[in-house]
Amino acid sequence: MEYIFAAIKTVLIFVAVINLVPLLIWLERKGAAYIQDRRGPNRANILGIRLGGLIHSLSDVVKLLTKEDIIPPYVNKPFYLLAPMISMFVATITVAVVPFADPILINGKEFLLQVADLDAGLLYVFAASSLGVYGIMLAGWAANNKYSLLGGLRSAAQMVSYEMSLGLAVVGVFLLTGSFKLSEIVAFQGANPFHWNILLQPLGFFLFVTSIFAETNRLPFDLPEGESEIVAGYHVEYSSMKFALFFMAEYAHIVVGSCIIVTLFLGGWHFPFLTRDWIWNHTTMLIHLFWIVLAILSVAGGTWLVWQYKPHKYNDLRDYETLVFGVPGIIVGGSLLMTWLLFHTVVPLEIPTPDWVRQAMVTALQLGTFVGKVLFVCFVFIWVRWTLPRFRYDQVMRLGWKMMLPLALANIFITAGMILIFR
Amino acid sequence: MITLNHYLVLATLLFSIGVFGVVTRRNVLIIFMSIELMLSSVNLVFLSFSRFLGQVDGQVFVLFVLVVAAAEAAVGLGIIVALFRNRQTVYVDEVKILRG
Amino acid sequence: MEPIVFYILAAITVVTALLMVTRTSPISSAVWLIACFFAFAGLFVLLEAHFIAVIQVLLYAGAIMVLFVFVIMLLNLRPEELKTRAIRFQTVLGGIFVLYLVFLLPLSLFRSGKLLFPEVLPQFGYVQGIAEMIFTKYLVPFEVTSVLLLVAIVGSVIMGKRKL
Repeated sequence: MEYIFAAIKTVLIFVAVINLVPLLIWLERKGAAYIQDRRGPNRANILGIRLGGLIHSLSDVVKLLTKEDIIPPYVNKPFYLLAPMISMFVATITVAVVPFADPILINGKEFLLQVADLDAGLLYVFAASSLGVYGIMLAGWAANNKYSLLGGLRSAAQMVSYEMSLGLAVVGVFLLTGSFKLSEIVAFQGANPFHWNILLQPLGFFLFVTSIFAETNRLPFDLPEGESEIVAGYHVEYSSMKFALFFMAEYAHIVVGSCIIVTLFLGGWHFPFLTRDWIWNHTTMLIHLFWIVLAILSVAGGTWLVWQYKPHKYNDLRDYETLVFGVPGIIVGGSLLMTWLLFHTVVPLEIPTPDWVRQAMVTALQLGTFVGKVLFVCFVFIWVRWTLPRFRYDQVMRLGWKMMLPLALANIFITAGMILIFR
Repeated sequence: MITLNHYLVLATLLFSIGVFGVVTRRNVLIIFMSIELMLSSVNLVFLSFSRFLGQVDGQVFVLFVLVVAAAEAAVGLGIIVALFRNRQTVYVDEVKILRG
Repeated sequence: MEPIVFYILAAITVVTALLMVTRTSPISSAVWLIACFFAFAGLFVLLEAHFIAVIQVLLYAGAIMVLFVFVIMLLNLRPEELKTRAIRFQTVLGGIFVLYLVFLLPLSLFRSGKLLFPEVLPQFGYVQGIAEMIFTKYLVPFEVTSVLLLVAIVGSVIMGKRKL
C-alpha cells in the first residue's frame, strides 16, 4: 500500500512539473513581449480560438517532435545521447523532497504530500544540482565542436563556482531551523508572514536567488548559452527532440528552483496568516467566501470582456473572442450568485462539512498557495531575464568568488552571532 | 539474509579491482580514479562495521575519509596538470628520467 | 526485498568498476566511475547511513568527479592506443593479486560463521548522531581536516600556476 501511494505521488509530481513547462514557455514569451512593449505570440489558433497564445506551446511541441533528428557524424555518440537525459533527470529529481502541503490525515494515518521526506533533504537538493554540471559538460564535449566545448566548460565552471554560495547562503536557514528536513523548515516558518525566512534572512535570500540564477544558466548569467554570443553554446549541435529535452530541462530547472526558493524562504505552502487548524475550524465560512468571490469575479470579468467587444475591429472570427469568454463568464457568475442568494435567504441550506470536506479544503488551499507562490517566483525569473543585461564571463567569476562567497560567509557569522545573543 | 560477510566480500572485490587498475593501467588519471575506487571500498567496510557494532563512529570516520579524498584529488590533479605541462604526457611509463 | 536490492546494487558496482578499469578513453572511465559511486550511495543507504550516502553523491560524484572530467577535457587526452596494451608483466601481477584477494579473504571470512546485523534505532544514520560525534568526541580531527582543506586549496592553486 505504501509503495503504491509512493509510486502515484512520484508520477503525479513528475507529470505536474513537466506540464508546468509549456505554461512557463508561454509566460516567458508573453512576459518578454509586454516588457518590451509589444504583444507577443497571439496568432496560433485551433479552429479560430486563440487562447491568448497558449496554443503556441502546443505548436512548439509538434514542431520539435517532427523536426529532422540530425546526429553529426563525428560526435561521441554515447555521450551525445546521454547528456540531455542527464540534464532532464537532474532537473526533475530535485522535486522529490519538496513538500506540497500538510500531511493528509485519514483515519489517523498520515499521508505525506512529499515523495521522500529525507532527513538530509536540503543536502539532497544540493547533490542533485551538483549533478547538473555533468549534462552540460558532456554535451559540450560530445559535440566535437570548439564553440560547444568552450560553452560547456564555461558553464560548468560557472555552475561549480556558484554552487558554493548556494550552499553557504542556506546555512543561515539551517542554523535557524535546526534541521535539514524541508518539511520542518516549512513548519518552522509558520503562517505569519513576518516569520518567513525572507525577512529573517534577507541577505541569504538574495544570495540564494542569485545563485539559482547562475545554476540554471539564466540571464544575467547567460553567457554559456547566450544566443547572440557563442552561437548557442553547448547545445549548438543538438536538434529536434534532444534540443527539446535540453530546453525542457532548463525550464523544469527554473520551476524546481522556484519550488526550492518558496520552500526555504517564502514559507512553503502556508497561506499568510491562516494556520491549518484555523482553516479546519472555519471551513464553512471559507466555502461561502470562495463561492461569493468566484461569482463576483466571473460577473465582473465577463462584463469587462463584453465591454471590450468592438464590432468589425478585425472583420474575422477574432471579433467574437471576447464574447466567447465574456458571455459565459457573466452567465456562470450570475448563476452562482443566484444560487447562493437562493440557498441563504429563501431555502436555508446547511453545507455539510464532514472531515473529508475540511481536509480537502485545507489541502486545496495549501496546494493553491504553493502553486501561486511558485508561479510568482517563476515570473520574477522571467522579469529579471528581460530586464538585466548579460554579464561577461570574467565578471561572472569575479562576482561568484570575490563578492558572493565572502558575503555568504559573513551571513553565516552574523546569523550565528544573532542566534547566540538572542537564544 | 544479508550478513556482514556479504558486504566485506563485496568491498574486497572492489578493492582488488581498484588495485588491478592501479597496477595495470598506464594513464595516470585512470590510476587516480582506481585509487578513488579503493577509498570508496574502504568506506564501505567502515560503514558495514559501524552498522554491525551499532556505533556511529564508523560513519564519522567515513566523513573524514571523504574529506581527505577530496583534498587529495584536488592536489593530485594539480600535480597531474603540472606534469602534463612539463612532459606533455600522462602515461606513467614515459616519465622515467630518474630511472638508471 | 533487501537481499534483492543488495544483489542488484552489488552487481552494478562490480560491473561498472570493471568497466572503469578497462576502458581506453579516460572520459568513459570517468563516467563509469560516476555510475559506480551512485551504486555505492545505494549500498550506503542499505547500511542505514543516509547522511553519508547523500554526502557521497554530493562530494564524490558531484565535485571530485567534476574535477576529473574537467582535467580530462582540458588536457584533451586521446584514447589509449590498443597496441601498447598487450599482456604485460603488470597485468599478470595484477591478476594474481586480484585472484588472491578474491578467493582467499572470503574463505577466511566464511570460517567465522554468519555475522548478522543487529537492529538499530531509526535515528542511526541521521545528521544529528554524526553531528554530536563530530563536535564532542572527534572535535580535534574535525578541526585538523579544516586545516587540511585549507592546505589543499592553497596547494592546488599554486600547482596550477604557470609561473610561480
